[in-house]
Amino acid sequence: MRFRAVSIPILGITGTAPGTSPAAPLQDALHAYGIQAWHIGRLWNFTLALCALVFAAIVVACLFAVWRAPRADAATPPDLRSLAQPERRIHRTVAWAVGLATVGLLVLLAADVFTARALGRLPLQDAVNIELTGHQFWWEARYLDPDSKRQFVTANELHIPVGRPVIVTLRSKDVIHTLWVPNLHGKRDMIPGRTATLQFRADQPGTYRGQCAEFCGLEHAMMALLVEAEPNAQYEAWAEGQRRRAPEPATDAARRGRDLFLSKSCVRCHTINGIGATSALGPDLTHLASRTTLAAGMLPNDSSHLASWILDPQTLKPGVYMPVNRMRPDELHDLLAYLETLK
Amino acid sequence: MSVVESRAQACLKPEDAALLEQTWSDPPGVRGWFSAINHKTISLRFMITTFVFFVLGGLLALAIRLQLAGPDGKVVGADMYNQLFTMHGSTMMFLFAVPVMQAVATYLVPLMIGARSVAFPRMNAFAYWIFTLGGMMLFIAFFLNVGPDAGWFAYVPLSSLQYSPTKRVDIWAQMITFTEMAGLMEAIVLITTILKMRAPGMTLNRMPLFVWTILATSFMVLFSMPAVMLASTALITDRLVNTQFFNPLKGGDALLWQHLFWFFGHPEVYMIFIPPLGMISSIVATFSRRPVVGYAAMVLAVIATAFFAFGLWVHHMFATNLPELGKTFFTAASLMIAIPTAIQIFCWIATLWTGRIHLRTPLLFVLAFFFILVAGGLTGLMLASVSLDTQLHDTHFVVAHLHYVLMGGAVFPLFGAFYYWFPKFTGRLLNESLGRWNFWLFFIGFNLTFFPMHVLGLQGMPRRVYTYPAAMEWGGLNLAATVGAFTIAVSVLLFIINVLRSRRHGEPAGADPWGAGTLEWSVPSPPPAANYEMVPVVHARDPLWEAPGLPSHVSGLANDYREILVTSVADARLDHRLWLPSSSLAPFVTALATSVLFVGSIFTPWAVVWAAIPVAIGATWWFWPKKDIVEQRTGSEVSPYDVEAES
Repeated sequence: MRFRAVSIPILGITGTAPGTSPAAPLQDALHAYGIQAWHIGRLWNFTLALCALVFAAIVVACLFAVWRAPRADAATPPDLRSLAQPERRIHRTVAWAVGLATVGLLVLLAADVFTARALGRLPLQDAVNIELTGHQFWWEARYLDPDSKRQFVTANELHIPVGRPVIVTLRSKDVIHTLWVPNLHGKRDMIPGRTATLQFRADQPGTYRGQCAEFCGLEHAMMALLVEAEPNAQYEAWAEGQRRRAPEPATDAARRGRDLFLSKSCVRCHTINGIGATSALGPDLTHLASRTTLAAGMLPNDSSHLASWILDPQTLKPGVYMPVNRMRPDELHDLLAYLETLK
Repeated sequence: MSVVESRAQACLKPEDAALLEQTWSDPPGVRGWFSAINHKTISLRFMITTFVFFVLGGLLALAIRLQLAGPDGKVVGADMYNQLFTMHGSTMMFLFAVPVMQAVATYLVPLMIGARSVAFPRMNAFAYWIFTLGGMMLFIAFFLNVGPDAGWFAYVPLSSLQYSPTKRVDIWAQMITFTEMAGLMEAIVLITTILKMRAPGMTLNRMPLFVWTILATSFMVLFSMPAVMLASTALITDRLVNTQFFNPLKGGDALLWQHLFWFFGHPEVYMIFIPPLGMISSIVATFSRRPVVGYAAMVLAVIATAFFAFGLWVHHMFATNLPELGKTFFTAASLMIAIPTAIQIFCWIATLWTGRIHLRTPLLFVLAFFFILVAGGLTGLMLASVSLDTQLHDTHFVVAHLHYVLMGGAVFPLFGAFYYWFPKFTGRLLNESLGRWNFWLFFIGFNLTFFPMHVLGLQGMPRRVYTYPAAMEWGGLNLAATVGAFTIAVSVLLFIINVLRSRRHGEPAGADPWGAGTLEWSVPSPPPAANYEMVPVVHARDPLWEAPGLPSHVSGLANDYREILVTSVADARLDHRLWLPSSSLAPFVTALATSVLFVGSIFTPWAVVWAAIPVAIGATWWFWPKKDIVEQRTGSEVSPYDVEAES
């Protein structure tokens, strides 16, 4: 039996009701929209309940002890009876309490082991394979395919099919980053020189936000990722679109924009398939206009934000590797006209 | 030869007492100020220095909270913010939390075990100067805008030369060298003091629990700090002379740093947490008017905690690609270390339960421990689980957890301890009603600051982000946290006012204002330079509570030079007499020269060569034997054959 519809509100904390479209971007560990996050959420509920019980017991015991004990002052002679005869009853009570605590800890350990086992048992047939590479401060995603012609590259935005498992291979080009899309799964480090994988499944369509969780330098706070979970047919259509080369520009302005792209510094860092721009230092722009955000989730992808980003990324996101670009207004207009054709 | 007096004779003749006081006092004047080596003088300075760093670290935290008070904060930029949280973490961990425990210990341990000094008093002074100069270097760098900005954990490759090309990370790494060197020396001082300088009769079985915790902590320092010194030295050589320890492209490994760092970093948490357990035991016993339940269990629990603390470090690395089965081992270890802590908490509750309670400010701070530390410990159990940790790791949930553990486990007991022992330090009590204001504002402010962070973490807010978009809806809880942070600031301000006022105008305390049972309360407050006019002989765990035994004191120690008794490790039997060195400017001068070496080697590896010369000169001056002292000392020696002949 395959598991569907797993959204659970997590104990104690109210949030958006599952199924409704939320106002805030979905980025929390409180609502599971995938089976892996659901397993973790269930463990969280159990652990929280047990810990809350223990906490209440200890605080109540402590307050009751203080409340019932007779009052004294510095002149009160100390009670030394415990030195003459061992307090067997008290020792027994403490031993019982410690025994109980040990049992509780063993239960937590067992719960953790069972959860880890459940997480490891995600069925992986028919999985989508993505290689995700962390950069200061953006994400490069390569959708793998046995047929190398069907591979494609995008940035800062993943599309995944609902109900199909996703295997993400994690790498880093520079420093350590961490992939974390809390509504779908826990986090996993991207360590240079090492490869890790993260396997998860989205069980409800929606847009899930993720954010780099390991401090990775100046703009660590501005390194977000969107995961668009959509029905399989829609996903396949999107993937097919991403595999296509950039369309031939139709207007004069767009043609001039393409030539500007190739003659200015843009081409030194960015790829656009089909026009001979192949550098991989910055995000692949072949389908830039199909993405909803710019600068790793920082700005909405519209022409005014794109224009200010191209002109002066250093003011918007100081420390980003993209340099300031000087160009005339008409040049900018042409370049934007071209970039907006990259659907 | 020292003779154990058979009759109670607590006092010296007045002229001998004056001579003894003069022998152990620090010389006057500016030169004398820098030559001081009396453990109480050094320890008070050490405590004040660490407290200054605590306040500075707190001010950095206020700046952090202002920046995060609302979405899209503009108080500081990303660069300053990264310096702020790196400085805050480094200051609190390296310049406050670990050293303040050692500072308190170097004051109290000799008094608690009936000794006249710590062992190696000049090294104790040297360690203090090294620590202070290292801390000053860090803050001077920060004010010159070269404060470290790669996090207090300085993960490679972010901290490597390629991604941190300025001197900021070198400053951080060298600050580690300073503070760890001081920490290691203090550990040696404390271990030696505790094992070899206890008053006759104070067997290990009669040692106050606080001294046990310091002994355990000092051994932890000894075993864990070399790991981080190794790591930071490798980082410096990677940056300075192009070694490749951490570069994966040249066969190094980025994870190696994390293993080395957390092999120190996790025990460090317990180095911060264990001494307060001893403080709590002292306070709980005194204010419930009875010895703590289960002395042996408490001692074993402390030792078990210290031991297990070395088997947990991987739980900081659960998000890495280490083998899953291996991680489960560390989950189990992280859960099991809760058992010894549970034993201690239950024993204290049993003590309160069966005691008669004197509810004063020190006990209030300890009661807060039961609330805050227990909450922090329980969230720690959540983080111990690999699965839960993958959601909680590196979020504000962890920020909440670590502050619950470190503030609840260390800062609250430490404030309690300060209210408790302040009369011993100064001879005057802190004001009680200001103390209660201090406590309640701290307690409320603390929970207001850090409780919301649990929720923020679950709502997806990562750590170490300089801002967040309004759309994430994290603004409200962040604002609450900021209000809480300022409440804590007000409370600490009240504490400072209380200390400054009570130091001069507080109620006089007398030797034992709380009716406590341990040895430090038998001497006047503040204690005389030599601590004890006559070294006591100990017959019980709580010598002031139990019936005095005979013999009561040791006589025959010299009054005109710094002579101490050395006793055996387990049973504290008389072993031999030893002369401790007198005051000297050499520790300070050598510390200055060592600092030149450390700071110089930030800029050039050759500093290690040329700056070794002044260090060698300072150390030679320090250890150069003085003829008259050598003669006097050999003259005072007694041949064992003579002793046999006498008896």
